[in-house]
Amino acid sequence: MNHVFRLQVGPVSFRIGSQWRQPVAQLRRLYAGYPEPDGICDFTVRLEAERAWRRWIRPSVAIRGDYVLPDAAPLPLAQGLLAAEMGMNLQMALGQKKFLLLHAASVERDGRALLLTGHSGAGKSTLGALLGERGWRFMGDEFALLGLEDGRLHPFPRAVSLKNESLALFDGVDPARLGPVLTGTPKGRIRHLRPNREAVARMGEPARPVMILFPRFGRDLEPIVRDVGAAEAFMRLTQASTNYVALAEQGFDALTRFVGTFPSKAIDYADTAQAEALVDDLWRSA
Amino acid sequence: MAASLYAADPPDAMREVEIEGLTLLYHRRSGLTHFLAPPAPQILAALAGGPAGAEAIAARIGEAFEIESEDPVAAIGARLAELEAAGLVWRT
Amino acid sequence: MRDSRWLARLLADPGSAAQVTDWTSLIAIARAESLAGSLAWRLKGMELPEGVEALLEAARRDSEAVRVQALWEAEMARRALKPLGIPVILLKGTAYAAAGLEAGRGRSIGDLDILVPRSALPDVERALLAAGWEWVKEDGYDDQYYRRWMHELPPLIHRERDRMIDVHHAILPLTARPKPDMAAMIAARVPLADGLFTLAPADMIVHSAAHLFADGDLAGGLRNLWDIDRLLREFGERDPEFWPALRDRSDRHGLLPAVGRAIRLAHHLYGTPVNWGQLPISPGRALSGKARRAEIGNCHQLLAADALFRRRLLALDGWGQATRPFTRLGFYVRSHWLRMPPMMLARHLWVKARKKR
Repeated sequence: MNHVFRLQVGPVSFRIGSQWRQPVAQLRRLYAGYPEPDGICDFTVRLEAERAWRRWIRPSVAIRGDYVLPDAAPLPLAQGLLAAEMGMNLQMALGQKKFLLLHAASVERDGRALLLTGHSGAGKSTLGALLGERGWRFMGDEFALLGLEDGRLHPFPRAVSLKNESLALFDGVDPARLGPVLTGTPKGRIRHLRPNREAVARMGEPARPVMILFPRFGRDLEPIVRDVGAAEAFMRLTQASTNYVALAEQGFDALTRFVGTFPSKAIDYADTAQAEALVDDLWRSA
Repeated sequence: MAASLYAADPPDAMREVEIEGLTLLYHRRSGLTHFLAPPAPQILAALAGGPAGAEAIAARIGEAFEIESEDPVAAIGARLAELEAAGLVWRT
Repeated sequence: MRDSRWLARLLADPGSAAQVTDWTSLIAIARAESLAGSLAWRLKGMELPEGVEALLEAARRDSEAVRVQALWEAEMARRALKPLGIPVILLKGTAYAAAGLEAGRGRSIGDLDILVPRSALPDVERALLAAGWEWVKEDGYDDQYYRRWMHELPPLIHRERDRMIDVHHAILPLTARPKPDMAAMIAARVPLADGLFTLAPADMIVHSAAHLFADGDLAGGLRNLWDIDRLLREFGERDPEFWPALRDRSDRHGLLPAVGRAIRLAHHLYGTPVNWGQLPISPGRALSGKARRAEIGNCHQLLAADALFRRRLLALDGWGQATRPFTRLGFYVRSHWLRMPPMMLARHLWVKARKKR
């Protein structure tokens, strides 16, 4: 691995190696200001050529590392940054065992945090990122880390991957926070957004959760808040967790305590203003 | 044909949490989590007293819990089959 | 860090942990070799940098969860097959864990592997399908090939639990040259408390050695040899008659060369104490000039092959990435050759390649 980048994100550290210079250069720029890991890295990601000659001819990046998906399709070198991001996600999804991993966004204000979870494409990621620009502390958009002992949410503020339509919502941000435009990706046209200074500076501060939200975005939806039963929340969260089973009884205890302690609500919204308002109300009431 | 006798792991082999009338059960021996609705948790509790067939279980449960069914023993039998597939009870 | 030598050294001698400078690389190699759990248990109690200790503690906990799941699969198979009244013998990692062997501590375990008498296969298949397992592949060619030549049923996976089971009736495919005595293996089985069985100690080693060379392209070899090291130490300590028994059993199964090689490699990597007098090369035996030269020739061949095997085994770098690609390819082709005579091999590979398109 000729090019190496080490990254600390919240309580997790990555060592990313690449056979090409470009992805590492792009990572360095995207994650400017992030601390470098102190000592051992939790996970290794490798960006490598599937076959020796694919390093130079129609260069194609295979996503490898400590944990791999055997049939994962490689990406063109132009999307090397995306490959690195996917590689980090894969290590977390398959290898994270210190925290209960939830596929969710999380934000915090005044020491009280909200978990935003739901199906892919339901809008939690964009909503989380947006709230992060509107006075909330952004704690992560892809993974939420629930402490097994302390029951707190631990920040994991990686760069946010914004798709086509969502990009417009972030027009005002400092362009230095944006990664390169990537076209033709499995998710269409995307750009990565670095979380703001506060998110990065406070990445080591866990927060007490107060509510579990299931947001759902749809242009035709009426803004609605609905109670979600603890049993339903439990089931949905196990489906949103890649390591629940691996964590055995500790995972069971942490998750039952979580859904049993904090209320769960589903919210439907048709635009971001509505979402913000709903979230704000709920947070105040919690 | 004698009815089958079923057995279950002792109560301390399981961790139960009740949520909204449902029982979330962590089965230590398997590492699996189950969602159980009545009378399944009651059946498991009844088997804590030792292996039993559907009829005996129905009797044990019947004292504290009303089984809503035309044929309680058959209902218990059906639940036992489900619990067996889930690995929570087995035939001795 | 040039290759996986460091990992082998650390497993053999946990005290050398103090000399490790690049833990990230070491962990990457351990994970690539499926030895992270074993390593974590070996290093328990050692003085280690804080971040390292936390990672290893998580690995230990994880290996516990893996162990519980593996033993549960065995239990569910036991329940499904109990009415058949046939011997069900656990193999590999699950067997080590079920028998409480040192080789099982921290071991990564994938599918459940069991051995049953060949005559019982149709009944076993029926019972497993009735209990919620289903076929992994619908593919006709693979199925036909599997059933005719392989030492196991086509793979099954449990519908609810999503875990695989491999049902073996032999330890090597029928197309392989050595023909182990399966009836003897089954007869010599050792009972566990719950009604399941494991192989007898010597047979366990024979199986592990056969598996190492006949299966796969030696990827996973480091872990396989660690198993052998742990098993040899434990069995050797327990039973003074173990080494002669091992030699006799290996010979009986036609796997003396494989076992001999496995033992030499384990000794080289992990310092396994070996009763050399029991191995194929026995200096004490009086041989005529010609026979002696032939034996020495064999010995050199074996040792040369050993070096090649060692290169392949240690072919990971500090990124967990395979180095020495040509050696790797050589082993893949070789392992297929071991399973099948050359004519069949060509046909098999061609068919496989065609399907890819």
